Amino acid sequence: MIINHPILGPRDAAEFVYKGDASLINRPDPQSDNAAERFYEYGYLRDNPAGLHRELWFHEQGDRSWLVVTRDTTTHEITKVELARDVARAEGRSR
Amino acid sequence: MHDLSPLTPLGNAEPSMETIGEVTLTEVTDVALASVAARLGREEDTRAALKKVIGADAPETSRHAGSTLRAFWTGPDQWMVEAPLETHEDLAKMLSNEIGAAASITEQTDAWCRFDLVGRDLFRALELLCAADTADWSGGEVQRCSIEHLGCFVLCRDPSTISILGPRSAAGSLHHALVTACHAAF
Repeated sequence: MIINHPILGPRDAAEFVYKGDASLINRPDPQSDNAAERFYEYGYLRDNPAGLHRELWFHEQGDRSWLVVTRDTTTHEITKVELARDVARAEGRSR
Repeated sequence: MHDLSPLTPLGNAEPSMETIGEVTLTEVTDVALASVAARLGREEDTRAALKKVIGADAPETSRHAGSTLRAFWTGPDQWMVEAPLETHEDLAKMLSNEIGAAASITEQTDAWCRFDLVGRDLFRALELLCAADTADWSGGEVQRCSIEHLGCFVLCRDPSTISILGPRSAAGSLHHALVTACHAAF
Protein backbone atom coordinates (compact mmCIF):
# COMPACT_ATOMS: atom_id res chain seq x y z
CA MET A 1 0.00 0.00 0.00
CA ILE A 2 1.30 3.46 -0.90
CA ILE A 3 0.32 6.59 1.03
CA ASN A 4 0.62 9.80 -0.96
CA HIS A 5 2.10 12.08 1.71
CA PRO A 6 0.93 15.71 1.18
CA ILE A 7 4.49 17.06 1.60
CA LEU A 8 6.79 14.19 0.64
CA GLY A 9 4.87 12.41 -2.11
CA PRO A 10 4.20 8.68 -2.42
CA ARG A 11 5.69 6.63 0.41
CA ASP A 12 5.45 2.97 1.32
CA ALA A 13 2.92 2.22 4.07
CA ALA A 14 5.70 0.38 5.96
CA GLU A 15 7.12 3.80 6.90
CA PHE A 16 3.89 4.65 8.73
CA VAL A 17 2.17 3.48 11.88
CA TYR A 18 -1.62 3.27 12.11
CA LYS A 19 -2.95 5.34 15.00
CA GLY A 20 -6.70 4.79 14.89
CA ASP A 21 -9.91 6.55 13.92
CA ALA A 22 -9.47 10.21 12.91
CA SER A 23 -12.26 11.17 15.32
CA LEU A 24 -9.59 10.96 18.04
CA ILE A 25 -8.70 14.53 17.00
CA ASN A 26 -12.00 15.67 18.54
CA ARG A 27 -11.25 15.24 22.22
CA PRO A 28 -14.30 16.18 24.35
CA ASP A 29 -14.31 19.24 26.57
CA PRO A 30 -13.44 18.01 30.09
CA GLN A 31 -15.40 20.95 31.55
CA SER A 32 -18.70 20.02 29.92
CA ASP A 33 -21.61 18.69 32.03
CA ASN A 34 -21.64 15.28 30.38
CA ALA A 35 -17.85 14.96 30.17
CA ALA A 36 -17.73 11.47 31.73
CA GLU A 37 -20.13 10.04 29.17
CA ARG A 38 -18.44 11.78 26.27
CA PHE A 39 -14.99 10.58 27.34
CA TYR A 40 -16.39 7.04 27.60
CA GLU A 41 -17.60 7.34 24.00
CA TYR A 42 -14.33 8.98 22.91
CA GLY A 43 -12.26 6.24 24.54
CA TYR A 44 -14.25 3.14 23.68
CA LEU A 45 -16.86 3.55 20.96
CA ARG A 46 -15.84 3.30 17.30
CA ASP A 47 -17.74 2.97 14.05
CA ASN A 48 -16.63 0.00 11.98
CA PRO A 49 -17.58 1.01 8.44
CA ALA A 50 -17.31 -1.20 5.37
CA GLY A 51 -16.27 1.57 3.01
CA LEU A 52 -14.71 5.00 3.43
CA HIS A 53 -12.93 5.49 6.76
CA ARG A 54 -10.97 8.49 8.02
CA GLU A 55 -7.98 7.38 10.06
CA LEU A 56 -4.77 8.68 11.61
CA TRP A 57 -1.38 7.54 10.37
CA PHE A 58 1.99 8.58 11.87
CA HIS A 59 4.99 8.86 9.54
CA GLU A 60 7.38 7.27 12.01
CA GLN A 61 10.19 6.40 9.58
CA GLY A 62 9.92 9.75 7.83
CA ASP A 63 9.14 13.32 8.81
CA ARG A 64 7.16 12.24 11.91
CA SER A 65 4.03 14.05 10.77
CA TRP A 66 0.52 12.82 11.57
CA LEU A 67 -1.82 12.33 8.63
CA VAL A 68 -5.56 11.94 8.19
CA VAL A 69 -5.97 9.25 5.53
CA THR A 70 -9.33 8.52 3.92
CA ARG A 71 -9.25 4.82 3.01
CA ASP A 72 -11.84 2.39 1.72
CA THR A 73 -11.75 -0.50 4.18
CA THR A 74 -13.08 -2.94 1.57
CA THR A 75 -10.54 -2.16 -1.20
CA HIS A 76 -7.73 -0.29 0.66
CA GLU A 77 -8.04 2.44 -1.96
CA ILE A 78 -6.83 5.75 -0.49
CA THR A 79 -8.81 8.73 -1.78
CA LYS A 80 -7.50 11.58 0.36
CA VAL A 81 -4.43 12.33 2.51
CA GLU A 82 -4.19 15.46 4.67
CA LEU A 83 -1.82 16.67 7.39
CA ALA A 84 -3.60 16.07 10.68
CA ARG A 85 -2.53 19.48 11.94
CA ASP A 86 -4.22 21.16 8.96
CA VAL A 87 -7.40 19.19 9.67
CA ALA A 88 -7.25 20.08 13.36
CA ARG A 89 -6.58 23.76 12.66
CA ALA A 90 -9.43 23.91 10.12
CA GLU A 91 -11.73 22.56 12.84
CA GLY A 92 -10.37 25.07 15.36
CA ARG A 93 -8.78 22.35 17.50
CA SER A 94 -5.18 23.59 17.53
CA ARG A 95 -4.47 26.59 19.72
CA MET B 1 39.12 16.63 38.07
CA HIS B 2 38.61 13.35 36.31
CA ASP B 3 40.76 12.77 33.29
CA LEU B 4 38.35 11.03 30.93
CA SER B 5 38.90 10.29 27.27
CA PRO B 6 35.90 10.56 24.95
CA LEU B 7 35.02 7.53 22.82
CA THR B 8 33.56 7.65 19.34
CA PRO B 9 30.08 6.17 18.74
CA LEU B 10 31.76 2.93 17.63
CA GLY B 11 33.62 2.85 20.96
CA ASN B 12 37.13 3.70 19.79
CA ALA B 13 39.55 6.46 20.72
CA GLU B 14 39.75 7.67 17.11
CA PRO B 15 37.04 7.77 14.42
CA SER B 16 37.14 4.70 12.19
CA MET B 17 37.77 4.92 8.48
CA GLU B 18 37.83 2.19 5.88
CA THR B 19 38.02 1.80 2.14
CA ILE B 20 35.77 -0.67 0.37
CA GLY B 21 36.41 -0.89 -3.34
CA GLU B 22 36.80 2.77 -4.33
CA VAL B 23 34.46 4.04 -1.62
CA THR B 24 35.56 5.34 1.77
CA LEU B 25 33.37 5.04 4.84
CA THR B 26 34.30 7.47 7.63
CA GLU B 27 32.93 7.88 11.12
CA VAL B 28 32.41 11.63 11.68
CA THR B 29 32.65 12.94 15.24
CA ASP B 30 33.56 16.61 14.87
CA VAL B 31 30.06 18.01 14.26
CA ALA B 32 27.71 19.58 16.82
CA LEU B 33 23.96 19.16 16.32
CA ALA B 34 20.86 20.90 17.65
CA SER B 35 17.25 20.62 16.55
CA VAL B 36 15.01 23.63 15.96
CA ALA B 37 11.22 23.23 16.07
CA ALA B 38 9.10 26.33 15.43
CA ARG B 39 6.43 27.00 18.02
CA LEU B 40 2.79 27.38 16.99
CA GLY B 41 2.29 30.73 15.27
CA ARG B 42 6.03 31.55 15.31
CA GLU B 43 6.94 29.68 12.11
CA GLU B 44 7.95 32.79 10.14
CA ASP B 45 9.97 34.20 13.06
CA THR B 46 11.85 30.90 13.26
CA ARG B 47 12.56 30.90 9.52
CA ALA B 48 13.87 34.48 9.70
CA ALA B 49 16.11 33.72 12.69
CA LEU B 50 17.39 30.52 11.11
CA LYS B 51 18.18 32.42 7.91
CA LYS B 52 20.35 34.80 9.93
CA VAL B 53 22.14 31.92 11.65
CA ILE B 54 22.99 29.82 8.58
CA GLY B 55 23.31 32.67 6.05
CA ALA B 56 20.78 31.11 3.67
CA ASP B 57 17.02 30.68 3.46
CA ALA B 58 15.67 28.09 5.90
CA PRO B 59 15.71 24.86 3.87
CA GLU B 60 12.48 23.80 2.21
CA THR B 61 11.11 20.27 2.35
CA SER B 62 13.79 17.57 2.06
CA ARG B 63 16.63 20.08 1.49
CA HIS B 64 19.65 21.36 3.39
CA ALA B 65 21.47 24.71 3.17
CA GLY B 66 24.08 26.94 4.81
CA SER B 67 27.87 27.06 5.08
CA THR B 68 29.77 26.87 8.39
CA LEU B 69 26.46 26.40 10.11
CA ARG B 70 24.14 24.22 8.05
CA ALA B 71 20.51 23.30 8.56
CA PHE B 72 18.61 20.37 7.15
CA TRP B 73 14.85 19.87 7.01
CA THR B 74 13.54 17.19 9.37
CA GLY B 75 9.78 17.81 9.29
CA PRO B 76 7.20 20.57 8.85
CA ASP B 77 8.67 23.71 10.51
CA GLN B 78 11.51 21.65 12.00
CA TRP B 79 15.19 21.58 11.20
CA MET B 80 18.48 20.17 12.49
CA VAL B 81 21.48 22.51 12.61
CA GLU B 82 25.04 21.23 12.10
CA ALA B 83 28.18 23.13 13.11
CA PRO B 84 31.88 22.39 13.73
CA LEU B 85 32.15 20.91 17.22
CA GLU B 86 35.45 22.62 17.96
CA THR B 87 33.98 26.12 17.69
CA HIS B 88 30.29 25.40 18.45
CA GLU B 89 30.21 22.87 21.26
CA ASP B 90 27.47 25.02 22.86
CA LEU B 91 25.44 25.12 19.63
CA ALA B 92 22.05 24.69 21.32
CA LYS B 93 22.71 27.59 23.68
CA MET B 94 23.92 29.78 20.84
CA LEU B 95 20.80 28.99 18.78
CA SER B 96 18.62 29.58 21.79
CA ASN B 97 20.11 33.05 22.18
CA GLU B 98 19.59 33.80 18.48
CA ILE B 99 16.10 32.35 18.00
CA GLY B 100 14.69 32.98 21.47
CA ALA B 101 11.17 31.82 22.27
CA ALA B 102 10.13 31.45 18.62
CA ALA B 103 11.31 27.84 18.59
CA SER B 104 12.18 24.94 20.84
CA ILE B 105 15.90 24.14 20.61
CA THR B 106 17.25 20.78 21.70
CA GLU B 107 20.87 19.68 22.02
CA GLN B 108 21.36 16.63 19.75
CA THR B 109 25.13 16.21 19.42
CA ASP B 110 25.52 12.95 21.33
CA ALA B 111 22.19 11.47 20.22
CA TRP B 112 23.45 10.67 16.73
CA CYS B 113 26.33 8.95 15.02
CA ARG B 114 27.35 9.98 11.53
CA PHE B 115 29.02 8.07 8.74
CA ASP B 116 30.15 9.68 5.49
CA LEU B 117 30.36 7.69 2.27
CA VAL B 118 32.64 9.17 -0.39
CA GLY B 119 33.00 7.74 -3.88
CA ARG B 120 31.22 7.27 -7.18
CA ASP B 121 27.80 5.68 -7.72
CA LEU B 122 26.99 5.61 -4.00
CA PHE B 123 23.36 4.89 -4.87
CA ARG B 124 24.41 1.30 -5.62
CA ALA B 125 25.01 0.73 -1.91
CA LEU B 126 22.18 2.97 -0.69
CA GLU B 127 19.53 1.28 -2.81
CA LEU B 128 20.26 -1.88 -0.82
CA LEU B 129 19.75 0.00 2.44
CA CYS B 130 16.84 2.41 2.18
CA ALA B 131 13.85 3.56 0.12
CA ALA B 132 15.34 6.93 -0.90
CA ASP B 133 15.77 7.63 -4.63
CA THR B 134 19.45 8.43 -4.20
CA ALA B 135 20.27 7.70 -7.85
CA ASP B 136 18.46 10.94 -8.77
CA TRP B 137 20.17 13.07 -6.13
CA SER B 138 22.62 15.76 -7.18
CA GLY B 139 23.41 17.54 -3.88
CA GLY B 140 21.26 19.35 -1.32
CA GLU B 141 18.77 16.54 -0.68
CA VAL B 142 17.96 14.99 2.68
CA GLN B 143 15.53 12.24 3.57
CA ARG B 144 14.69 10.49 6.78
CA CYS B 145 14.23 6.81 6.17
CA SER B 146 14.62 3.42 7.72
CA ILE B 147 18.02 1.69 7.44
CA GLU B 148 18.32 -1.68 9.18
CA HIS B 149 15.12 -0.78 11.12
CA LEU B 150 16.81 2.41 12.39
CA GLY B 151 15.39 5.87 11.67
CA CYS B 152 18.27 7.59 9.83
CA PHE B 153 18.83 10.83 7.97
CA VAL B 154 20.48 10.46 4.58
CA LEU B 155 22.04 13.70 3.27
CA CYS B 156 23.52 14.26 -0.16
CA ARG B 157 26.38 16.81 0.20
CA ASP B 158 27.38 16.44 -3.45
CA PRO B 159 26.96 13.57 -5.94
CA SER B 160 29.94 11.72 -4.48
CA THR B 161 29.45 12.48 -0.77
CA ILE B 162 26.59 11.12 1.30
CA SER B 163 26.22 11.52 5.08
CA ILE B 164 24.15 9.10 7.11
CA LEU B 165 23.01 10.07 10.61
CA GLY B 166 21.62 7.34 12.79
CA PRO B 167 20.92 6.77 16.48
CA ARG B 168 24.24 6.73 18.35
CA SER B 169 23.17 3.84 20.56
CA ALA B 170 22.89 1.66 17.43
CA ALA B 171 26.11 2.90 15.76
CA GLY B 172 27.57 -0.61 15.58
CA SER B 173 24.50 -2.04 13.83
CA LEU B 174 24.30 0.86 11.38
CA HIS B 175 28.03 0.61 10.63
CA HIS B 176 27.69 -3.13 10.03
CA ALA B 177 24.79 -2.53 7.62
CA LEU B 178 26.77 0.11 5.71
CA VAL B 179 29.89 -2.06 5.45
CA THR B 180 27.86 -5.06 4.30
CA ALA B 181 26.04 -3.03 1.64
CA CYS B 182 29.31 -1.48 0.41
CA HIS B 183 30.93 -4.91 0.11
CA ALA B 184 27.90 -6.13 -1.87
CA ALA B 185 27.82 -3.11 -4.19
CA PHE B 186 31.49 -2.27 -4.75
